[in-house]
Amino acid sequence: MTTRQKALTWQAVVAVATAAILLFFARNVSDNLAIRGLSFGFDFLWRKAGFDIPFHLVEWDVNFPYGRALWVSGVNTLFAAAISIVVSSALGLTLALMRLSGNLLAAGTARTLVEIIRNTPQLLQIVFIYFAVLQALPQLRQSYNLGAGLFLNVRGLYVPAASGTAWDWITGLTLIGVALAAVLWRRVGVLLPRLLVLPPILIIGLVIAGFTATWDPPALKGFNFAGGVRIPPEVLAIVLGVSIYTSAFIAENVRAAILGIHKGQTEAARSLGLSAGRTMALVILPQALRILIPPLTSQYLNIIKSTTLGAAIAYPEILQIMARTVLNQSGRAIEVMTIVLGVFLAVNLITSLAMNHWNRKMALQGR
Amino acid sequence: MTSLPARIMRAGRYALAAGAAMLFTSVVAQAQVAPPPGPTVDAIKKRGMLNCGIDTGVPGFAFQDNKGVWHGIDIDYCRAVAAAVLGDPDKVKYTGTTAAARFTVLQSGEIDMLVRDSTLTFTRSTVLGLEEVAVNFYAGQGFLVRKSIGVTKAAELQGATICMVTGATLELNIADFARSTGAKIGSLLFEKPEEAIAAMEAGRCDGYTDDTGSLAGMRSTLKKPDDWFVMPELISKEPLGIHTRSGDPRWQKILFWLDNALKSAEEFGVTQANADQMKASKDPFILRLLGVEGETGKALGLEEAWAFRAIKTVGNYGEMYERHFGPKALNLPRGQNNLYTKGGLHYPLPIR
Repeated sequence: MTTRQKALTWQAVVAVATAAILLFFARNVSDNLAIRGLSFGFDFLWRKAGFDIPFHLVEWDVNFPYGRALWVSGVNTLFAAAISIVVSSALGLTLALMRLSGNLLAAGTARTLVEIIRNTPQLLQIVFIYFAVLQALPQLRQSYNLGAGLFLNVRGLYVPAASGTAWDWITGLTLIGVALAAVLWRRVGVLLPRLLVLPPILIIGLVIAGFTATWDPPALKGFNFAGGVRIPPEVLAIVLGVSIYTSAFIAENVRAAILGIHKGQTEAARSLGLSAGRTMALVILPQALRILIPPLTSQYLNIIKSTTLGAAIAYPEILQIMARTVLNQSGRAIEVMTIVLGVFLAVNLITSLAMNHWNRKMALQGR
Repeated sequence: MTSLPARIMRAGRYALAAGAAMLFTSVVAQAQVAPPPGPTVDAIKKRGMLNCGIDTGVPGFAFQDNKGVWHGIDIDYCRAVAAAVLGDPDKVKYTGTTAAARFTVLQSGEIDMLVRDSTLTFTRSTVLGLEEVAVNFYAGQGFLVRKSIGVTKAAELQGATICMVTGATLELNIADFARSTGAKIGSLLFEKPEEAIAAMEAGRCDGYTDDTGSLAGMRSTLKKPDDWFVMPELISKEPLGIHTRSGDPRWQKILFWLDNALKSAEEFGVTQANADQMKASKDPFILRLLGVEGETGKALGLEEAWAFRAIKTVGNYGEMYERHFGPKALNLPRGQNNLYTKGGLHYPLPIR
């Protein structure tokens, strides 16, 4: 028997044994469900939910089915994750650059922050931020009037809502245009720094759109503000909590990536007459990105998973709505947990795929 | 030398056989109704410990004092069962369960019984595969609100935000109330009552909603209890009580009759203090209750003194209520929780 045959035999044994074990578990589950008089199936997703979801970005009504609750809470999870990824990346980069700046005060501050943030539990930080935010803000009737129809109180930040066809079109086109320009900037060969050009264009576009819109400002009526859009403190707390925590790890990843670039690169760039800032932006960071992407992927995947901590502070994400409320109302523990696990697996695999694609693009050719 | 495919096939057959053997042993035939006291009590006696599922912390029902000792009417029920079954009320392992996890914990067999201010409902009985054994507290869903908002009726809470615990009947009742009256009340869902209460005290919500007993309990934990009041109006019926897993009717009967015994003791004036003297009573009902006559213990598969030991441990139902909800505790009038003879709903079935 050759080595290859032996290996094949063993692989077959392992595969069959794994299948048998899985079958055993499945059978065990179905037997125990039968003993307790329970059934298995996903038909409950079409049953009426009958509960309210306090914060929703897509339409929700108590008469919608559980399946829609999955969609609504899934969108809430993705929303928190997306914002947290952007914020934590920006914060992490800032902290890393501060740490490497050579300025004693900046480096010391960054170092202290990173050490404090990454050495305390994340859940504790989120709950702390939530209650610190709540305690700091005034009651409804003593709301801070920030001017321009903005109100801040313990219930959240109230922003005037804009509507109108012109508003929709101008904001939409501006956002798409700026995003496209940012991606294609180098490819078209523009030499102006895009960070100086694009933000003003974005602001000008939004201001023009603002003039064409009909505004619905918030006003105090009964228990609450009517009109406008409310950003509840739960959103703020989960985004801040997850972003700040992850930014400490991202900062260390960025620092490691930058320090991983040979010193000769800096020296060469400086000898060519590039300023310190341009050396960093044009020579070091693009190369550091190659080292940075793999650990950064892990951090992004962590962020997506960490949004489930929102359940502790009443942020209606997928874990709270599905694994708490729906599981309890429907009694479908196994099905609901399978769905929640499946959703996270799918989202994280897609994120991984995108990051790996980016990684391949950034990798040095021929390596 | 046999060919490779044949070897693979043979290896596969061995693995399949092993898997099939495992499958076969896992399929345990369900026994007929076991003789008293039933498999659950057998398991409890074997481990010498009752696994009791309770709340994570609501004064009146289950609450830990600063020495780590649990108090509450649900705790008393656990202790009474341990006294009746094991003869020692301290042989209880308490498992604090959140509203969302409690029924899964019970279904999985981690606890023997669940006494956790949990409402007995249709869904829990049919869909969750549980048994509704007995009601130990009649409650209704009410509201704890800030006095300064000047609201007296639930319908006036239109537009208000209310903090509550997730995974209970609470959020469904709020939604039902909104549908039937048109009063839209915002809800904010937390995992544990203390988190919801903290958010309410910080002003994130206008009030907190829970069952009447728990409301009085949570009000007592507030920093300034006098700034808050419990609205008299209730929006639902919440009969709170004991749940068990389906499948062991013997265990269910023991718990059902123990609850009846504690309430009967109050009806017949048997207390923790006078239980010993009452054994010499002339009333045959009391003699049956205390196990002097009638062989009630044998019928349940317990010792004859089962109810006597429970009463000696926690007193009768009235004493338990007095201890946890009476004027010296949470000061909640007995109302529906009185015996039927005093205008309440507790009507113990005759032990005979």
